[in-house]
Amino acid sequence: MKIHEYQAKELFRQYNVPVPQGKAVFSVEEAKEAASGLGGFPVVVKAQIHAGGRGKGGGVKLAASMEEVESFASDILGMTLVTHQTGPEGRLVQKLLVEAGQQIEKELYLSLLVDRATASVVIMASRDGGMNIEDVAANTPERIIKVQVDPLMGIQGYQLRQVGFGLELPAAAMKQFSQLLANLYKFFIANDCSLVEINPLILTFDDQVMALDAKVDFDSNAMYRHKNLMELRDLDEEDPMEVEASKYNLNYINLDGNVGNIVNGAGLAMATMDIIKNAGATPANFMDVGGGASSEQVENAFKIILADEKVKAVLINIFGGILRCDNFAQGVVDAAQKTGINIPVVVRMEGTNVDEGKKILNDANLGLTSAVDLADAAQKIATAVS
Amino acid sequence: MSIYINKDTKVVVQGITGNEGSFHTRACLEYGTKVVAGVTPGKGGQKMDDVPVFNTVKKAVEETGANASLIFVPPPFGADAIMEAADAGIELIVTITEGVPILDMVKVKNFLATKNCRLIGPNCPGIITPEECKIGIMPGNIHRKGNIGVISRSGTLTYEVVDQLTKLGMGQSTCIGIGGDPVNGTNFIDVLEAFQNDDDTKAVVMVGEIGGSAEEEAAKYIKENLTKPVVGFIAGLTAPPGRRMGHAGAIISGSSGTGTAKIKAFKDNGVHVCENLGQIGQICKDVF
Repeated sequence: MKIHEYQAKELFRQYNVPVPQGKAVFSVEEAKEAASGLGGFPVVVKAQIHAGGRGKGGGVKLAASMEEVESFASDILGMTLVTHQTGPEGRLVQKLLVEAGQQIEKELYLSLLVDRATASVVIMASRDGGMNIEDVAANTPERIIKVQVDPLMGIQGYQLRQVGFGLELPAAAMKQFSQLLANLYKFFIANDCSLVEINPLILTFDDQVMALDAKVDFDSNAMYRHKNLMELRDLDEEDPMEVEASKYNLNYINLDGNVGNIVNGAGLAMATMDIIKNAGATPANFMDVGGGASSEQVENAFKIILADEKVKAVLINIFGGILRCDNFAQGVVDAAQKTGINIPVVVRMEGTNVDEGKKILNDANLGLTSAVDLADAAQKIATAVS
Repeated sequence: MSIYINKDTKVVVQGITGNEGSFHTRACLEYGTKVVAGVTPGKGGQKMDDVPVFNTVKKAVEETGANASLIFVPPPFGADAIMEAADAGIELIVTITEGVPILDMVKVKNFLATKNCRLIGPNCPGIITPEECKIGIMPGNIHRKGNIGVISRSGTLTYEVVDQLTKLGMGQSTCIGIGGDPVNGTNFIDVLEAFQNDDDTKAVVMVGEIGGSAEEEAAKYIKENLTKPVVGFIAGLTAPPGRRMGHAGAIISGSSGTGTAKIKAFKDNGVHVCENLGQIGQICKDVF
């Protein structure tokens, strides 16, 4: 679960990780008020959306006067910000962070993440802050410091020093940096983060270190033990159809194509999207109803997909294991009777109770096309939308 | 022969009295698996059908000699259940539970390094040696005894592959779903090594998906260590970056974890690549 920069910085403050003074605002008037509270210029006006690359897209501006705060705030609020992470459709900016500008001596990079291969929390740092860290990793890997923390021991003093000296920080900043990193690790573990990224972490002219940006991602699976963090979820940043699907525990992701699909199991759902593409059509979504979906879930899955106007045909691919085909078929029939189906639907079912499932669909006489195997299903769905 | 489990494996089911636990225990028993015990704290002394239930795994092991465990407990208790099994001396722990927090798994994995046991999962369908032993939630009837080893990160996708193999007359030695989470117990390389050393496995099908770099590392391992033919498939070639495709582990971040890179790694390392799931059975038939 992602949160906004201003929310992440608020959490950082609670863990004594230094951040610039600032305030989140929702209007130009509030932006001016927040700026005057900062006691001087420059003031930074930053768009708050759940995507990186905001600066390049024109969503971050440095204001030297109140007039500039006003004009930047009115430009950015309400704009559709397009960055390399938003996709071409961009994201509507509805919130700003107004922050005190800093005297920057050096921009650094610092992140903490869970490393799959070593099953540990890894700290990554670099002198090359402010840049795309993937480029640094690809072109000059020797400029990235990596430290692996044993989760059973926690972060140790020598590891803090490895990172601090690796960043070639001046002696005067070393102690403050060690505290910052130790606190950040504490924050990471205590809140079940999957990623904390500060880019840039700055060194000021008076040898202070401070998080100028803050990107935090939490492990959704652990949110049951952090009810307070759930309040930070911003539904405006999520696709409304995906929010609707999540209410029914459906794994759904909205995509650009016109072939809706309903599949049980994430791996099979991905493979089904690939099959649609191979057949010359494009998937409109990823939809995993789960290995053991109930007929009610199936019904909701069907409703969500049929409500998507760009969907011109639907491919249902079910391999019954835990999910019994007869239960699934009943869900489809219920959904069809309630919402009505007016586009072609191709069904491919296999596995537990498949004959009973097929009988339910046939008896309901919904005009569905059945496919004998995956290749046949792909062919039929491609024909339906061509 | 087979890998990890056979007809003599004795299974304890943790969370046996829950809905899923009892349903799948019955299915495993029907398949012929020796389920010798169940564990539900507070229900020790009861029975689930004919299976005795204990309060702790330790007690279950002492009383029944169970050497494998099958875990169905809810996600908040997943890590605890795995550690309990390991501490009781269980050699093979199969965790079906989906949604165990990643930092819990990080701790568990480091804890297990000090124990003599193997963890499969979490968030996986389990493991089956056809016609001998099924420890998991896969439909038993689609499997046939034979000599193809199957490894996968997914559940239903594995069933699809196995079904095609069986229909074309190719049986399986052992099929393992290692799970869709980023941090899990057993990885592709562990299983590939076991298949290489198993006389009854003549060929391997490996089903991967986007995210992480496990498939790339496995491909390299295959080139250096496997003398048996391998057919590989990757799900999610058309998935957009930055979106989590159901499995916590299935996400393309930046340039890492893409399907194209994984296919390339397969091809560069002598793995026979299947690019269309509909044909994986036929491709295996041609290659093997």
